[in-house]
Amino acid sequence: MKVAPGEPDLRRVIDEEREVEGLGEQELLDLYRSLVLLRTYDERSLVYHRQGRIGTYAIFWNHEAMQAGSVHALADEDWIFPSYRESAIGLLRGIPASTILHWWRGHPAGWWNPADYNVASIAVPIASQVPHAAGLAWGKKLHGETAAAIVYFGDGATSEGAFHEGANFAAVMDAPLILFCNNNQWAISTPVEAQTRAETLAAKAAGYGIPALRVDGGDVLAVYEATREAVERGRAGGGPTFIEALSYRAAPHATADDPRVYIDLEKVEAEKQNECVGRYERYLRRLGFLDDARVDEVKTEALETMKRGIAEAEAEPDPDVGLVFEHAYANPPASFARDLAELRRVLGGERG
Amino acid sequence: MVEAINDAFHVELARDDSVMVMGEDVGRAGGVFRATAGLRERFGENRCVDTPLAEAGILGTAVGLCMAGWRPVCEMQYDAFSYPCLDQLITHVGRYHWRTGGGMEFPLVVRMPYGGGVRAPELHDDSPETYYVHTPGVKVAIPSTPADAKGLLAAAIRDPDPVVVLEPKLIYRTERAEVPDGEHVVPLGKARLAREGSDLTLVAYGAMVPLCERVAEALAGEASVEVLDLRTLKPLDEDSLLASAAKTGRVVIVQEAPRTAGFGAEVAAILAEKAILDLQGPVLRVTGYDVPYPYWKVEDAYMPSVARVLDAARRLLAF
Repeated sequence: MKVAPGEPDLRRVIDEEREVEGLGEQELLDLYRSLVLLRTYDERSLVYHRQGRIGTYAIFWNHEAMQAGSVHALADEDWIFPSYRESAIGLLRGIPASTILHWWRGHPAGWWNPADYNVASIAVPIASQVPHAAGLAWGKKLHGETAAAIVYFGDGATSEGAFHEGANFAAVMDAPLILFCNNNQWAISTPVEAQTRAETLAAKAAGYGIPALRVDGGDVLAVYEATREAVERGRAGGGPTFIEALSYRAAPHATADDPRVYIDLEKVEAEKQNECVGRYERYLRRLGFLDDARVDEVKTEALETMKRGIAEAEAEPDPDVGLVFEHAYANPPASFARDLAELRRVLGGERG
Repeated sequence: MVEAINDAFHVELARDDSVMVMGEDVGRAGGVFRATAGLRERFGENRCVDTPLAEAGILGTAVGLCMAGWRPVCEMQYDAFSYPCLDQLITHVGRYHWRTGGGMEFPLVVRMPYGGGVRAPELHDDSPETYYVHTPGVKVAIPSTPADAKGLLAAAIRDPDPVVVLEPKLIYRTERAEVPDGEHVVPLGKARLAREGSDLTLVAYGAMVPLCERVAEALAGEASVEVLDLRTLKPLDEDSLLASAAKTGRVVIVQEAPRTAGFGAEVAAILAEKAILDLQGPVLRVTGYDVPYPYWKVEDAYMPSVARVLDAARRLLAF
């Protein structure tokens, strides 16, 4: 199979004032709702963190277009493998906001069963989720199912062995996998030039025999269109596709990070001026699908979701110490019951 | 022993359509030790898969296969080649069931030939059991007989949790014994009394079990020696260990892995915590040394030998 090296130019829809075939007013507005929900989740989380209501939090401000655009191109049967940058992507599949807030609050109620939403757990070690997604996509194909998988990772992840092994596995097995790289050009403080000598990250895909697409990561419709193409190829037996979505990280890596010491603040400012939710909003207004009233309604709805989410999360009692042991094994060793009994005895003594 | 492992695969793949085997050279070649011979021909290339050469990728992909409803059995070609897979084992395999609040099971198996004494090149001789035992969320079994090799592998395949099975390659072809036909399961977490005795217990697993049996034989007439084959390192059968220590009052632990923080240290700690009043002398260890596994012209000096175990046993008996 011959595969061309990744495209040099970024695919765009919004800036080119194009329309995406198959997307009517309803679909376009649904996509807007998802964008605003993710944006609101992120902005509220930063506030909750500052108020001490959640722990360290990985900000994804201005990554919403990459997340919502790609998820909207999937069918419900398709699986999502998020990294911590996509911690709230499950909102788009019906995971309650409280569950994700619990995760950031360090509460075991932040667990969910991936099979309930076809959304895998949030992967913390960089790129380590890529082989999982390859295995899921391959395993579904072996069962004769049509489900595809999408896995999210950043530019730094393409330096990891797990990225390489997962991409190669998926390629060899013709697995319907979308390797979605959100290239925001920074891995904490390390710029993408320090990660690779390759001209683009998409160029790496050719080595695996995988086609690659490059999109403007702030253009939700370009992301949607590219992902749809990749999913269709995968379902048709064409194997994996690599998507490089380019942006510039306009927020800190996480709440514990101060990027002013390393980042190009002019570029940050330019990115902020062109941030993805506003770009899409202006596009919809030009099409006549969005006015001030609708914008307010969508924003209010998202804020309500977050208000409910944090209230539910904070109403949850602290976990019982039994959860230290519970679920470590499906079939736990007998020693756990003894350890827990002793722990309860000692803790009981402390309280008394 | 290796034929017994192959037999287990034939039985388990025929029994359960969701069981699949994956690894380097397991399909067309049937494995470098022939453990998976005939599986690809019988069950097809989708259930006995030759993978790319990528140990972390094999185990990472197996996580996703579990999510898709498969029960993958991953072969690591040799003990020391398994180290790249520790990344996935520690960060995901041992945690994923927990991370889903018990919602999803990850019934995968990692199996590999392990251990020294086979005149092999560097990094074909390691005893990595402690790395696996120390990883929360996984279980570890090590057979020492052909029947147990079949039965423990079957138990590992059927278990809902990830299980690592380390197969002592030194006795892959030397240990020959009757193996039950058809389905044969040896439950995880149950030790085996390989030989009964009353004066001293040799605690061992894997290739050290037949060695300890030779030591017991050599001591016949001098002392009555019990040999306890742990079979499963995690979960450990503490009851059998403590019962034997209570009976003989003297324990020597034999492991071929390096000494420091090896599994023998765990066994010794349990005896110190729970059997102190039963003991007639110190718990002794005969182990490999805290060095890289030596080149094979000198490996016999590294491996616990009949002479070294005899020496330890006699010192303890004379204590």
